Amino acid sequence: MAQVHFTSHLRNVAPNEAVQAGGDTVGAVLADVFARHPAVKSYILDDQDRLRTHIAVFVDSVHVRRNILDHPLKTDSEIYILQALSGG
Amino acid sequence: MASSLHVATRKGLFTYARGGSGWHHASTAFLGHPVTMMLSSPDNQTLFAALNLGHFGVKLHRSADGGKTWTELTPPQFPKVEGGEKDDKAPAVSQIWSLEWADPQNPKASKALWCGAAPAGLFYSPDLGETWTLNEALWTMPERARWFGGGTVDSAMHAICVDPRRADRIAVGVSCGGVSLTEDGGKTWRVAGHGMRSDYTPPEQEEDPVTQDVHMMVQSPTSPETYWIQHHNGIFRSTNDLESWHEITNAPVSVFGFPVVVHPKDADTAWFVPAEKDEARFPVDGKVVVQRTRDGGKSWDVLTKGLPQENAFDLIYRHGLAVDETGERLAMGSTTGAVWTSDNGGDDWALLSAHLPPVYAVRFA
Repeated sequence: MAQVHFTSHLRNVAPNEAVQAGGDTVGAVLADVFARHPAVKSYILDDQDRLRTHIAVFVDSVHVRRNILDHPLKTDSEIYILQALSGG
Repeated sequence: MASSLHVATRKGLFTYARGGSGWHHASTAFLGHPVTMMLSSPDNQTLFAALNLGHFGVKLHRSADGGKTWTELTPPQFPKVEGGEKDDKAPAVSQIWSLEWADPQNPKASKALWCGAAPAGLFYSPDLGETWTLNEALWTMPERARWFGGGTVDSAMHAICVDPRRADRIAVGVSCGGVSLTEDGGKTWRVAGHGMRSDYTPPEQEEDPVTQDVHMMVQSPTSPETYWIQHHNGIFRSTNDLESWHEITNAPVSVFGFPVVVHPKDADTAWFVPAEKDEARFPVDGKVVVQRTRDGGKSWDVLTKGLPQENAFDLIYRHGLAVDETGERLAMGSTTGAVWTSDNGGDDWALLSAHLPPVYAVRFA
């Protein structure tokens, strides 16, 4: 199972602890998380189920920048869902 | 007169109450988060707040107790299109720009709402915002394909005028998409922007009603055949139920600006807040003023009392000016976080705060 950590900025809607989830891509693992925590989905994905532009995803310490939802995972991957730094 | 004033800002929703000694701060909600629009019921108990969290998207919250507690709702979303997850062009709501009761004569009982977004989709909720449906008839209107963004990447629907005579007659204003009108509750739509003129298109397209950059549109509640528009390059008025618009060119300070409000009992009285011009969006000569006409645009007053008259760079966004049901009480909030109020139709203004975040919208309740 992959472990998914969410930024503390989402503490009001996302689990505070890491979530165990199954799937062989980032998208599949997130779908598994959203099935159990539906309120999180619209914070991470947009109307078309695209990853929101300013969400940063790290998989096993690598900042994934392209085709993020299709990014393959190992069975024990560690995923961080963070926010890109921007704004003021 | 209105006794509550909601101020939606880039860093939260601030509510002021009117007491014997004037306005005082009553509550703050969503501190730190951009609140792009809000709506209240006439009794000020049912409230809606639209947020744009940037990283995390557009959110919608509702309060049933006058803002003491809030519940997050599922916001309006465009229907998922086939392959949309791989298509950069497939629509997604990037901002809620307008929220209105679908039956203003009977708002809470009807529970129905309209919401305008960027991109400029119109959404309907029959159940106090629990569920939303895109108005497909307007979204698929052939002319809609020619709408484009002005100030935002996508076209934006900022004005929804529900006719006080019949709630199934609705006009929407879009930047840049002119005015569209339905007379059957949204089943069919037609373009209603004839008579407007643009100076940002090739000359042969100046009078194209579909690409007019309406900055804000309001309808007179008591003479509903009359509408006012602050447009990107002018002020326009319709007095014939949107059959045509005519341009008013004699505004004394500037014809550029964003907001307009109309007197609730006198369709000839309207207020505008001018700015220099398109490429210089700040008050003319650094003076914050309000332009008011009381005769349908034949003549104008330039209202300055209580407003800064030197080195002021406050811009008033399209929803940053409000008038209450008496037509005497006004409020105005700026991009530099100043809010002013007036109790005499704009003749005199008083500073409520100079230190708020940039103001997106002000609304009385």
